[in-house]
Amino acid sequence: MNSIIRSTARCLRAGAWQYRTAQNNGELLSGWARLMCSSSAAQKTLEEMVKKDKVVVFIKGTPAQPMCGFSNAVVQILRMHGVDNYAAYNVLDDQDIREGIKTFSNWPTIPQVFFNGEFVGGCDILLQMHQSGDLVEELQKLGIRSALSDQEKESK
Amino acid sequence: MLSNALRCLRPSTCTLALTRQLTHHRPHMGPVETTIRTKLAQALKPEHLEVMNESHMHAVPAGSESHFRVLVVSPQFEGLSLLQRHRLVNETLREELSSCVHALAIQAKTPQQWSSNPSLAKSPPCMGGSKHDNTMAEKLKAGQD
Repeated sequence: MNSIIRSTARCLRAGAWQYRTAQNNGELLSGWARLMCSSSAAQKTLEEMVKKDKVVVFIKGTPAQPMCGFSNAVVQILRMHGVDNYAAYNVLDDQDIREGIKTFSNWPTIPQVFFNGEFVGGCDILLQMHQSGDLVEELQKLGIRSALSDQEKESK
Repeated sequence: MLSNALRCLRPSTCTLALTRQLTHHRPHMGPVETTIRTKLAQALKPEHLEVMNESHMHAVPAGSESHFRVLVVSPQFEGLSLLQRHRLVNETLREELSSCVHALAIQAKTPQQWSSNPSLAKSPPCMGGSKHDNTMAEKLKAGQD
């Protein structure tokens, strides 16, 4: 009986301590909670962004004016394949998107390419897909006819 | 007969030239480059490994260690998609990528792929992105600490 009382008391004390800590760190905790909420909200927004269009890229700069050689390579490859209807987000405009997308795809660098909401890779992967002919096939799966698809057939 | 002999020699001299190019480019190796080499060697047990500091090609101060290109040839890549291979490399260098390394170009090949096409890709020319990047100062500082 005594041991039950003792362990209950211990729990209550622990609970009280946590309550007091929460009160003292009230500001800190709610700040942390706000951060978590906003980052999960940000992740949700990013999820919507990558699913909204068939081809979505996160780059530095814009397709008209890329600000990074690797981002430019992605833009040029898409252009070569005649893909001109895609969503491009300039991470230099928004630090939250820039950091958020790295967390979202668990990928540390920009540019980032998404097909049908699925992460494809960065510049290196897109380039290799282009060189191997896989990109033509992947675009076809999206219902996009690559401008290079006739060349592909001829070479085969 | 002489022309035949010359034809046989040509491919191997090309390979030699390429190899010379690959191994010759070894200016002073900074601490970040050393770490990258060590980590990739330990994690992926590559048959061939090239780590190139390409920071001088970008809009960052001389001596920076912020932009790298790696070529990793490892049997561990067998059966893995490009994305899986690149994720392996990224994971190995997670610490560096979350601090001082701003860009990492990756070529991840199996030994068979490498022997059938021993070519090093080239990075596209810089378009000055780092100049407009206000987070670069932090990253460069992280590299110097």
